[in-house]
Amino acid sequence: MGEVCIIGVGIHPFGRTEGMSGVDQGVFAVRQALSDAGIEWGDVQFAYGASEAAGNPDTMVDQLGLTGMQFINVRNGCAAGGSALFSAQMAIKSGECDIGMAVGFDKHPRGAFDAKPAEYNLPDWYGDAGFMVTTQFFANKIMRYMQLNGISRETLGRVSEKAFRNGEKAPHAWRRQPVPLDEILDAPMVSDPYSKYMFCSPAEGGVALILASEKKARELGVKPIRLKAATMRTRPPGSFEVFAPSIDIERGGSATNIASTDAFRIAGMGPEDIDVAQLQDTEAGAELMHMAENGFCADGDQEKWLIDGLTEIGGKLPVNTDGGCLACGEPIGASGLRQVYENVVQLRGAGGARQVPGDPKTAYSHVYGAPGVSAVTILER
Amino acid sequence: MQPIADGLFTAENPPRLIGGRHKDSGRIVFPCPENDKFEPVPLSRSGKLWSYTIQRFRPKSPPYAGPEAFRPFPVAYVELPGQTIVEARLVDVDFDALAIGMDLEFTPTPLDPDAEDSVLIPAFRPAEAA
Repeated sequence: MGEVCIIGVGIHPFGRTEGMSGVDQGVFAVRQALSDAGIEWGDVQFAYGASEAAGNPDTMVDQLGLTGMQFINVRNGCAAGGSALFSAQMAIKSGECDIGMAVGFDKHPRGAFDAKPAEYNLPDWYGDAGFMVTTQFFANKIMRYMQLNGISRETLGRVSEKAFRNGEKAPHAWRRQPVPLDEILDAPMVSDPYSKYMFCSPAEGGVALILASEKKARELGVKPIRLKAATMRTRPPGSFEVFAPSIDIERGGSATNIASTDAFRIAGMGPEDIDVAQLQDTEAGAELMHMAENGFCADGDQEKWLIDGLTEIGGKLPVNTDGGCLACGEPIGASGLRQVYENVVQLRGAGGARQVPGDPKTAYSHVYGAPGVSAVTILER
Repeated sequence: MQPIADGLFTAENPPRLIGGRHKDSGRIVFPCPENDKFEPVPLSRSGKLWSYTIQRFRPKSPPYAGPEAFRPFPVAYVELPGQTIVEARLVDVDFDALAIGMDLEFTPTPLDPDAEDSVLIPAFRPAEAA
């Protein structure tokens, strides 16, 4: 059986775009991806579309053309984009189709996400009492991690500082203004130890990826990027997740651990084989913890990695080369696909000012979301 | 003052939190799920700080039902030995004095400390020195 290839990518810049709906931004990304692949909308046999808050993705066919193609909507929290991509590659791998699309877009209101207890199988009092706040979880998770593993608050600041510096070089990023480290550390606190520069914000944006079988890619004469692995996993026992009124004393692994291990196994690679990585960084500490959870370093090594600049664009393992969620914001449906978009750009050598040097050949992406889901992809040129 | 929901606190004075013990595995969770796989079990009144943060902005309403006037409050996870780790507010403590591992004791706390008749929510405070 042949491999699944990514033959076209498109993106609508992240941030805030007045006068353009989430669907419009998705359509923009699809047209760009079609043109990038050199195909027509009518060539696309199927699509999986992700959106959390901006309407049903299949309504895109109104604008793209009523070709009768199959279009499946995906909702899976922050892993929605990854789930769309996982499903799309399955359709091609199975031999059922040979050209399809994964698309994601979103448009969230300003401010924190306003989750309701019932959506997470929780009693109403939990929300009434003020616990239905995602940032509380992220802050509690890193506070303990820092204590156990000797991570300083300054290292959290370094992650944000790098994100805005990388975002400046990425045309699709939202926050494109570098912020000095001391300003990041001294900014108003949102949820200790995190200041306002250490959390990403809900945002808008759209991303589309065109997938094809190896045979089809060859027919089209495009230079494919191979999707070596795409995994999506839910949580194991003893994990620590957002919106948890209680957690087990006996600690376990995470959805990320499983998704990552399986992706490496499927791709026949290890963390040392990866040239560039996009890791979920909805807050600064997430990037650090996810470096370890995905197997790239041991718990506690991040302190030295950041001081030594190992995750910089020119470092040993460049992480979040477009500034990640911290600089791009988080449109939930599009966020995971943005990571894959950025990896394709890097593997093509088209990253411009943010291009990873040394001709990268492999790229890794990872998302994590409530209530304990994770999706990983590994690409190879 | 009444608990924010039924089935959270024991009726004794002072009360304890009510967890749920899984009948087969013995795993304890909080709150006690409303199904026949779990049986109610009183949770330890004393525990240790497992982790914490300070909530610095007023949570969105809905769902938050606390007072309009907002003062930052700590949200913590408290390890109850041999049972489970519960999420709760912390009260009667300087934010600067918070330290993972510190001894805490359960103290139901009004959601609105300025109201005469507020509902009580789960909270812990530093344990009295013996």
